[in-house]
Amino acid sequence: MPAVDTSAPQTGTILLDAKGLKCPMPIVRTAQAMKNLASGQLLEVLATDPGAVADFAAWSRSTGNEIVTSSVEGGVYRFIVRRK
Amino acid sequence: MEDDPLSLVLFSGTDDRLNAAAVLAAGAAALGRPVHIFLQYWALDAFRAHHVDMPHGFAPEAGPEGAAKIAALNAAGAASWADTLRAAKDIGAVDIQACTLSMDMLGLEPGQLDPLVDGVEGVTAFYSTAGSGQILFI
Repeated sequence: MPAVDTSAPQTGTILLDAKGLKCPMPIVRTAQAMKNLASGQLLEVLATDPGAVADFAAWSRSTGNEIVTSSVEGGVYRFIVRRK
Repeated sequence: MEDDPLSLVLFSGTDDRLNAAAVLAAGAAALGRPVHIFLQYWALDAFRAHHVDMPHGFAPEAGPEGAAKIAALNAAGAASWADTLRAAKDIGAVDIQACTLSMDMLGLEPGQLDPLVDGVEGVTAFYSTAGSGQILFI
């Protein structure tokens, strides 16, 4: 039997450039952007706030939105989050 | 904790303290916690119509050196406390109430407050809404 993908359809990843924003605005702008996404849709967030890693982890735990990937390169944090 | 709001009592009307309070409110709102803000004394004065985006100075402990650091942070793109509160209201349940006693002291009517303020309440209504949730005085 072929594997069935039960995840919600992904209609393209939305990009949120939060570089340069200070705490708590990267999370606030992310929460604002999530309001316009469908369940299962992905959002890519770029941030330079050093607190972003801990803040995104806490936000994910509290809201149930999933962090799909988290990485850092050249001082820029990159998160891909999936709306629950 | 899930149902009771985080309650912030704002007393001070300087931009540094109001910004600290706005950051706390926005962070809680992003996590889905209801936020209840009670405005007293000089904080209420800062929420008069057409006043929220004006400069309100800094707490005495800032001194000239602290003021310069805050100015540098703002120049680097930090949001104003009023903009942070507007964004907090956009993402969560943030209710801002003016203290009736402070309204009397300042000679203010509800129509003279910034649209960020949702209403006017007494201290008993404040405690009733606060329930068993945390209360911070800033």
